Amino acid sequence: MIAKRVGGALLTLFLLSLVVFAMSLLMGGDAAEAMLGQNATPEALAGLRAAMHLDQPSWQRYLGWLGGLLRGDLGVSLITKLPVSTLLAPRLLASLQLAGLTAAVSVPLALFLGILAAVRRGSLLDRVISMATIGVVSVPEFVIATLMVLIFAVRLHWLPALSSSRDFSSLHDVVRVFTMPVICLACVVMAQMIRMTRAAVCDALDSSYVEAARLKGVPPRRLVLGHALPNAIGPIVNAVALSLSVLLGGVIVIEVIFNYPGVARLMVDAVSTRDLPLIQTVAMIFSAAYLMLVTSADIVAILCNPRLRHR
Amino acid sequence: MSLSGDPLVRLTGLEISVRDAQGQDKIIVRDISLEVQPGEVLALIGESGSGKTTIALSMLGYTRGACRISDGTVEVAGHRLDSLPEARLQGLRGRVVSYVAQSAAAAFNPMLPIMRQVIEPALVHGLMTREAAEDKARGLFRALALPRPDTVGDRYPHQVSGGQLQRLMAAMALITDPALVIFDEPTTALDVTTQIEVLKAFKAVVRDLGTTAVYVSHDLAVVAQIADRICVLRDGMVQEQGRVEEILFHPRQDYTRALVAAAAARVPAAPMPDLPRDAGDPPLIQMRDVVAGYGGVDAQGNPQVRILDGVSFAIERGKVLGVIGESGSGKSTLARVVAGLHAPASGRVNLDGYTLEGEIRHRDKEQLRRVQLVFQNADTALNPAVSVGEAIGRPLTFFHALRGADRKAEVARLLDLVRLPAALAGRLPGELSGGQKQRVNLARALAARPDLLLCDEVTSALDPVVAEAVLDLLIDLRRELGLAYMFITHDIGIVRAIADEVMVLYGGVPVELASHEALEGPLHHPYTRLLMASVPELRPGWLEAANSAFSCGSTPGAGHAAGCRFFQRCAVSHPGLCDVLDPAVHVGAGQTIACHRGFDGLQATPGIAQGAIPA
Repeated sequence: MIAKRVGGALLTLFLLSLVVFAMSLLMGGDAAEAMLGQNATPEALAGLRAAMHLDQPSWQRYLGWLGGLLRGDLGVSLITKLPVSTLLAPRLLASLQLAGLTAAVSVPLALFLGILAAVRRGSLLDRVISMATIGVVSVPEFVIATLMVLIFAVRLHWLPALSSSRDFSSLHDVVRVFTMPVICLACVVMAQMIRMTRAAVCDALDSSYVEAARLKGVPPRRLVLGHALPNAIGPIVNAVALSLSVLLGGVIVIEVIFNYPGVARLMVDAVSTRDLPLIQTVAMIFSAAYLMLVTSADIVAILCNPRLRHR
Repeated sequence: MSLSGDPLVRLTGLEISVRDAQGQDKIIVRDISLEVQPGEVLALIGESGSGKTTIALSMLGYTRGACRISDGTVEVAGHRLDSLPEARLQGLRGRVVSYVAQSAAAAFNPMLPIMRQVIEPALVHGLMTREAAEDKARGLFRALALPRPDTVGDRYPHQVSGGQLQRLMAAMALITDPALVIFDEPTTALDVTTQIEVLKAFKAVVRDLGTTAVYVSHDLAVVAQIADRICVLRDGMVQEQGRVEEILFHPRQDYTRALVAAAAARVPAAPMPDLPRDAGDPPLIQMRDVVAGYGGVDAQGNPQVRILDGVSFAIERGKVLGVIGESGSGKSTLARVVAGLHAPASGRVNLDGYTLEGEIRHRDKEQLRRVQLVFQNADTALNPAVSVGEAIGRPLTFFHALRGADRKAEVARLLDLVRLPAALAGRLPGELSGGQKQRVNLARALAARPDLLLCDEVTSALDPVVAEAVLDLLIDLRRELGLAYMFITHDIGIVRAIADEVMVLYGGVPVELASHEALEGPLHHPYTRLLMASVPELRPGWLEAANSAFSCGSTPGAGHAAGCRFFQRCAVSHPGLCDVLDPAVHVGAGQTIACHRGFDGLQATPGIAQGAIPA
């Protein structure tokens, strides 16, 4: 069953590579035109295209690109002439730091708030949490980000407006760089997780087996953590995976606003220069990360469920 | 625990209210006063809505949802459960009073192994070490006659059958040696053949441990086997209390009399006269060698999992075929194949000699009209947002192009036909009682003016008295309209009351086909005998007398390739023959049996002829 999921994910990834390649073809224009600009002669264009293998039929270029990907050769940036992997490595690390930190903050907090709201269903606390999550999710992240910059950087001067520094020599520096981007991203991803956790735990708490456990004299904490939560794991990990995948999209806006040197900004730059190898690789990285999240959520859900585990 | 002579449970003037959405309190249980002596088993009996479960749960100091104890006292083993705070109640639940739920399948946590759940009450109350609790649990598994008592605890709930789960739940309730055990309809969801084993196990354990119990049920015959005293409830009030014999044989209240009458075996209906037909006419509906199931199809065209395996029968115009079998026997799939909801892998279904398409979308409107399906559960079969008149009117428009006043008049006529007032047409299903909903469900099927009604357990979800009335209605309708029924049920008593011919299904194979007369005769397939012998009778002592001559073990065999499906449960099987060869079909007078023993062999088998059942 797990093998089936992984196989499905790999197949999806392959189909995505086709889509990504097709999309980059559809973008129109090519890097040769972009590089030579206005004063391009047809001869110069043809020569440059041949040098960059742009004159080959598209299926050949696709196979060449796919083969390179599989060998770990991501190609060479058309603009900077540097290997894509060299360009990408530091950016990927930076993005992963941001996403990882956001996940580390938001997942436990979201689960805690979701479970708390479910246990205290109908109470003032539950309503406050629900209203707050809806409120935060309705505001676009760039508004939150801009507001935070206005308040904490411009008015109070507590934090720098830009997070482009890569100097993490002290905890103080880390806090200064990450606080605002992480809070903004956490606001975006937590709402969905809180709501799904609350719904899943509420469902489990309403079940006959929780009533039966209550009638056995099981104390409330054990009722929630020992009986209800294991049954809510499936929906919760899926919500977590989906929310974290939002991080991939969310980072583009946030990285641009805070001038954070991550993958997403690299992609935005690559699009404006029509640097196809770079665009394709970054798109594939986003797709692969998304698939990995969703597939691992499925696998966790399967492993946690004895009905699926013992077939 | 309690002083000598004092009752263990004492309810005085108990009143339970529920708060509705408008914040109004509505009393659902009023002025209940009853006592249970130590070592006694008291049955609470009543229909759905009578408050029996609500009262039983109050003995755990528990009320569901928006309910609360609004007056009176609940005293169990010296504790006033109505006034204790939740934390104190938590210390009593599972230790002093424990609970066996109606559906153990839902009451076991699907994510946790069984043993962990069974010993949990002992651990949370700090009564024993884990090892001691596990030992005790295994002892209880043995006492409850569970198969593989040493390892069953390592399994997860979905790996164990419903009957076993119900006994495991009883073990969980008994692990702390509680003063009182509440059994809430613990056998209602089980097949009759399983119910008898679970009841025997419960009774033995209750007797051996001297447990005091409150047994909630709607089934008087079941209660008669296990209880010392019966308390009859209706609309949240006590109708009558007394010893089992008093209630069964000398009921004082009209309502109790109706309950007893509904539980008694029905007088078989007079058979219908044959409708005039030419000798050469094909039967109304005929099924030949139908195989149906799910999963991929193999080289022979058979599905991986066969739910029906070579089923053939015919129903003449105006006749009733009863189909009987336990859950998983394929009886609902049979109705779905006839209705076109489940395409058979092979075989054919003929209507008036013409072969019907397997899938409903390929059948023409006239074929759809002639075969109508009445679903088991009217609660889910009726759209809650569609009024009764609209639900019945839609097929009138679809099949007969009736609109406006004509349609309205026809809806009124149909409501009258199912003995409902025409004023009900404007109501929504949610405003109707269970019996009324089932009648609407029936009227909707009748709106098409079918020749054949497929009735799938149409009375199973109803209370006994209501089910009786619906059954009477079906018998009347059949006379009035000349309808043919395929009547699917697990209740052999109902089949006796209504069917001209009976097909007994086991594991998707018809093991017996018998006319009404032959069904009353002495010779039957061993499985038919087991079914007949498992229906509880309305007299104390039946359970002890009901022997197991017809069966060894309740676990249906895992799909084996060849031989008789009933082999593993059959008490009179020929090992080496029955488990190797498919049984031949023997034809007798008005009866066919698929059994290796044949009629002669069955006659010669002790315990199989009808006279051998201890009366």
